[in-house]
Amino acid sequence: MLELKNISFGADNDGTKVEIVRDISLTIPDNKFVVITGPNGGGKSTLAKIIAGIVKNTEGSIILNGEDITDKSITERARLGIGFAFQQPVKFKGLTVLDLLRIAAGKPIKIAEACEYLSEVGLCAKDYISREVNGSLSGGELKRIEIATVLARDVKLALFDEPEAGIDLWSFSNLVRIFENMRASESGRTIVVISHQERILNIADEIIVLADGKIVKQGTRDEILPGIIGTKYATDVCRKVTESGV
Amino acid sequence: MDPIQLNLLKEIAELHEVPEGAYNFRANGQSVGRQSTENIEITPKSDVSGIDIRIKPGTKNESVHIPVVLSESGLKETVYNDFYVGDGCDVLIVAGCGIDNCGQQDSEHDGIHRFFIGKNSRVRYVEKHYGSGEGTGKRILDPVTEVYMEDGSSMEMEMVQIKGVDSTRRTTIGELGKDAKLVVHERLMTHGVQKAESVYKIDLNGEGSSADVVSRSVARDESYQKLDMCIVGKAPCSGHTECDSIIMDSGRILAVPSLEADNVDAQLVHEAAIGKIAGEQLIKLMTLGLTEAEAEEQIINGFLK
Ligand SMILES: Nc1ncnc2c1ncn2[C@@H]1O[C@H](COP(=O)(O)OP(=O)(O)O)[C@@H](O)[C@H]1O
Ligand SMILES: [Mg+2]
Repeated sequence: MLELKNISFGADNDGTKVEIVRDISLTIPDNKFVVITGPNGGGKSTLAKIIAGIVKNTEGSIILNGEDITDKSITERARLGIGFAFQQPVKFKGLTVLDLLRIAAGKPIKIAEACEYLSEVGLCAKDYISREVNGSLSGGELKRIEIATVLARDVKLALFDEPEAGIDLWSFSNLVRIFENMRASESGRTIVVISHQERILNIADEIIVLADGKIVKQGTRDEILPGIIGTKYATDVCRKVTESGV
Repeated sequence: MDPIQLNLLKEIAELHEVPEGAYNFRANGQSVGRQSTENIEITPKSDVSGIDIRIKPGTKNESVHIPVVLSESGLKETVYNDFYVGDGCDVLIVAGCGIDNCGQQDSEHDGIHRFFIGKNSRVRYVEKHYGSGEGTGKRILDPVTEVYMEDGSSMEMEMVQIKGVDSTRRTTIGELGKDAKLVVHERLMTHGVQKAESVYKIDLNGEGSSADVVSRSVARDESYQKLDMCIVGKAPCSGHTECDSIIMDSGRILAVPSLEADNVDAQLVHEAAIGKIAGEQLIKLMTLGLTEAEAEEQIINGFLK
């Protein structure tokens, strides 16, 4: 179980202080599939980074399974079972996809095993396993590799920041299936996805709407989804495509 | 050979036993093993230290190993090795030098290698430098590599110096004929108070010649590197140099790229970038459970691979 107690994050923006996350308190029970949505700039990524330890909250505390992790480093939190897939994947000169998956697994996994993670994200493993994780890969490819690095880890809490961004339609169905599988498997894994996609919101146990650094709505899917469907917080990927005439 | 020498040999040539093909082993200033083959003849020079390696025209899929090890403190030597590669060959040449210095005196090996590459020949050249030993005496390597390439020939050079060499000044000179092609991959890492200088001067003399020189380097601790790469285009040709460097701790790097075009159809490009490891790379690997130091190691290992 993850508990956030009165979490705030303020930053200095050219001398003026801006509150990006404002006094958020939240409990995420085990084995839940939680989707966070809300307008751009609402503070979703910042909140996820606070949980992973990448951004230090200025106020409040974070409790993971009863343990206060507020002062723990990124590494310590990772080793406690927090996984994080970045909204913007990081590129590496020289490190290959296999290297990265091996680092993620924390042990020298076999190539076949690494390939499984790639297949899960819809990449043909043999084409990618020895590629460098650099600018020669497209945004969508990097994004899928990023997701695979979280799949390769044995995490208790997996955070995915806009996993659908930059992924094409065909792969999107695949992606939804990955999350459905994760949800179905009795792995004891809690999943938090930041997303605007209706199909991902559709498989949520719980939905949180974040705007202006605050939680504006929170509840079960049945409570929240009808109120936001069709808005930009819950877009249908297919409808969007037809509207734009593709 | 003693265990120290065998270890050096493993580091520089990945050799565990006597290689197939032609070879010359040099240890502490002496030749300790030599083998010529039907197509590759190795003979000692009479005027200076060193060997001549003559490869018959048309020799294909053969290799020459000429590793050098120094394990005696205070030894200084300059060795001249000349490679005459006939026309239409396709060969692998593995050189390299390992110095183990446990004493107080400096040890130095300067290998002067000249390559005369015949028409349409292909050469792959691998050179690794490695130092070990706890002594206060310095391990010094000042190699000179000169490459003279005839029409249509190609050479791929891989030069690696990752560990233990206190001071190095590496000079690489190339002169390329028509349609000749030179590709260089250099990997360099310096630690402590080491100094490394790498100077390239490549003349693209022939029409259609091309050179691609890529250097990746890491300077740690208080070490210093100077990367000086010059390509001169004297004909319709294409040249590309790239210096990509990571600095850490109080390391310093000076990159001095220079391009000279003496022909209107010479196309020359240089890229250089020096910087510390990107913070987001460290963060990403830390979210995968590595400590900051482990993340650095992984990033550098990948970078220098
Ligand atoms: N360290 C920072 N300093 C100043 N502004 C920041 C900082 N981090 C985030 N912001 C701003 O806070 C807002 C929320 O960002 P973010 O968490 O990325 O929102 P979301 O993921 O919901 O789109 C944005 O306007 C962003 O520019
Ligand atoms: Mg975001």
